[in-house]
Amino acid sequence: MFRSLLFVPGNNPSMLQNADIFMSDAIIFDLEDSVNLDEKDNARNLVETYLLTTKELPKAVVLRINPVNSDLVDDDLKLLQTRKIDYLLLPKANKISLFVLDKILKKIENKIELKPTKVICLIEETKSVIDIYELAKHERVEALMLGAEDLTSELEINRTTEGKELLYSRSRIIYAAISNKLIPIDTPFTDIDNQDGLIQDCKNALNLGMKAKTAIHPSQLETINEIFSPSQKAIKWAEAVLKKAKELNKGAFQFEGKMIDRPVLEKAKKIIEKAKLFELM
Amino acid sequence: MWQAGSKESNDCLITLKKSDKTKIKIDSIVGHLFHNQILNAVKDTLKSDNINNVEVLVEDKGALDYTIRARLKVAIKRMMKDV
Amino acid sequence: MLNGVKRKIPNNLPRFVSSDDFLNKKRKLVSKKKKQLKTVFFNSYEEVFDKFNIKDKTTLSFHHHLRNGDRVIQEVCKVIKNNKLNDLHFAPSSIFPSYTNMTELIKKGNITNIHTNYLNGEVAKVISEGKLKGKLIMNTHGGRARAIESGDLAIDVAFIACPTVDRSGNGSGAIGKNACGTLGYCVPDLEYAKKVVLITDNLVDKLDDYQLNGEYVDGVLVVDSIGEAKGIVSGTTEVTKDPIGLKIARDCSVLLSDLGLLKNNFSMQTGAGKTSLAVVNYIKEIMIKQDIKGGFASGGITKSYVEMLEANLFEKLYDVQCFDLEAVRSFKENINHIAMSASKYGNPFEKDIIAEKLDFVILGATEIDLDFNVNVTTDSSGYLIGGSGGHADIAKGAKVTIIISPLIKSRIPIIKEKVTTITTPGEDIDILITERGIAINPKRKDLIKKLKSSKIKVFDIKELLDKTHDITGVPANIKTDDKIIGYVEYRDGTYIDVLRKVHDDYIK
Repeated sequence: MFRSLLFVPGNNPSMLQNADIFMSDAIIFDLEDSVNLDEKDNARNLVETYLLTTKELPKAVVLRINPVNSDLVDDDLKLLQTRKIDYLLLPKANKISLFVLDKILKKIENKIELKPTKVICLIEETKSVIDIYELAKHERVEALMLGAEDLTSELEINRTTEGKELLYSRSRIIYAAISNKLIPIDTPFTDIDNQDGLIQDCKNALNLGMKAKTAIHPSQLETINEIFSPSQKAIKWAEAVLKKAKELNKGAFQFEGKMIDRPVLEKAKKIIEKAKLFELM
Repeated sequence: MWQAGSKESNDCLITLKKSDKTKIKIDSIVGHLFHNQILNAVKDTLKSDNINNVEVLVEDKGALDYTIRARLKVAIKRMMKDV
Repeated sequence: MLNGVKRKIPNNLPRFVSSDDFLNKKRKLVSKKKKQLKTVFFNSYEEVFDKFNIKDKTTLSFHHHLRNGDRVIQEVCKVIKNNKLNDLHFAPSSIFPSYTNMTELIKKGNITNIHTNYLNGEVAKVISEGKLKGKLIMNTHGGRARAIESGDLAIDVAFIACPTVDRSGNGSGAIGKNACGTLGYCVPDLEYAKKVVLITDNLVDKLDDYQLNGEYVDGVLVVDSIGEAKGIVSGTTEVTKDPIGLKIARDCSVLLSDLGLLKNNFSMQTGAGKTSLAVVNYIKEIMIKQDIKGGFASGGITKSYVEMLEANLFEKLYDVQCFDLEAVRSFKENINHIAMSASKYGNPFEKDIIAEKLDFVILGATEIDLDFNVNVTTDSSGYLIGGSGGHADIAKGAKVTIIISPLIKSRIPIIKEKVTTITTPGEDIDILITERGIAINPKRKDLIKKLKSSKIKVFDIKELLDKTHDITGVPANIKTDDKIIGYVEYRDGTYIDVLRKVHDDYIK
């Protein structure tokens, strides 16, 4: 489970050596868009030696590889041998690229006796928004992440803080993810200095059903974590409801004037689970 | 001449040249505290990649050991590609 | 013999015992200078030298309120060079990179002894490399006031750059084309130097409101320019964007909150760095949210404090030097923006000093050691890069002293087994906040207890050191030269550490 995932350019030693101190639930070490073509080898080697020698790694390590149809991906995937990578982030995820990646991974996993590596699909093409339910069913997939920059560029539209242009893609990702017990992760907010815009963007995504958001600068993490965490009020409510349920030992009862039944109890359990995981209690 | 890395802070720029014997030159902003560690990282990496007869220049801006090793490895790979 | 912080001090010199030891001593005061009946006006720096009989071995003092914009010290250096004077003793309250004319005079032996509270730039470099023939004594801001009033630092002539002076010799920093605000550091010089000359580029008939009393002034020199106001801006007005700095600042504000230090009528001081500014902004947010009104903030005052005063978040500002032009403006306009002298700020023997009224202070460190001793005087190779300023004064005075710093700066660990130079004794440092955790001085059991119920995780400082070494590797011990180039004088006049020449291997 995540609330926040921070992108760290793979070729930036200053960011790498501090990756574990940022309050991000996961760090995405990027070998793709933030790394120039002639520095791909530098980034790959740096991330590799970092993962192999660093004592305190981030809570979860995600590696964004280059597209599977590029000649870079084979070398990128050699980093799996470090056995420190929790998830792969697949750029331009679609039915074909996911199929190809799955095949390559199976081969590697067999060869080096690695348990199956979970994949986060980066949805940044119109056709993958359409095919989203098929991607979501794939057993390798753990989460679906929206990549709005490429998507809006393909659509030739502008991104706005109101985010109406993302309503469709966000909703499809959320429905596909939730119905398959995956985590829907929202696109980053790219205007780093605009904290008010970030707050609005996070709330828009949260209210539609997004469960986490990517960050492109550490200064965005505090806001993202706060908005995607259950509130103290919600935690107190959930604790009280569950306590009452235990006391009464009943599936349905009244609490503070409201009817409590199974779906509400499930919601309360989820809140407590998250609160414990994110150390909010 | 083959290079890898940069002169950004916490990074280092490695320059490799062919030479009749191995020479290592370290120019580091933290040389007074970490010269030996840097030297060992360079020697170690050369040894593990079985490289002799190169001149290595490390221009260091406070890179950690793994950064120095990674940069040197890439410089070596770039050299091997050309040779 | 070892002093109270286990540093070896030559036998004939006063040894530091503890920061409280001044309580066992009596205040030593020489009499203030005689008041003048008439103020003399000079036409040139040369004439001042002539009339005040400035010759070899004379002690001259200056203040640093114009910082990098100061022209007075540069002009005085020119006259010393032309007059071929030797073995002068300089006592500027601080030395800035723009004071370039001092360098040659130090190398050639025209200036051989220096007292100052802070120095960086070229002068710091040549002294570090052993070019000063005599000794460098590093004071604290409060300690310098003590040294002057006790006669330990006897000044022959004080050159006081003063943005506006009237015909009776009264001086003010609040107005004039080079207004720099409060002139707190030169008040002891004014009252105790044998001769005092004010140098100004703005002469007016009569000042109603002045900080420097003309009765102590022997002469006034009117020049075209005492400096450049834009050079006086120090520190920064921009909040840090560095994610490490922001994390430290955020953790600091949470800690202050959890310790219950942010409450009505509280008082505080911070430095003027980018991270301190971020702390101030976070504190401001908390104050607005929780409707807290502070008592006062003190120190070198910056724009962010002015904004808080104007937003009624603080009742008063006590200001010894204005760090930027917004502070200068506020000092002129706002009666609650109050001037304080160096003595009133941090002299251990003065009554009711501001340093002792502070609830908490937030300071930086170049190095901190396992005993919590702090170094802000030299860098890791022994080069002089600063000095106490008010560091040791307010660390002693404040109820809680917090150091904020990244644990690692370009691979250099900030925590050492032993710091290169002790500026401020560990007994006065309570909390260290870094991006990888917080350490609390074990003698502050009260603070440790208060944080038991907080989410903040507290480490032993040794644990933080080990964490650092896991990342950086263990640094080599640096080589030192035997030659003593000066001393760090604690605020009570004892010596807390010696300063040594940089080892030849490290000379840049």
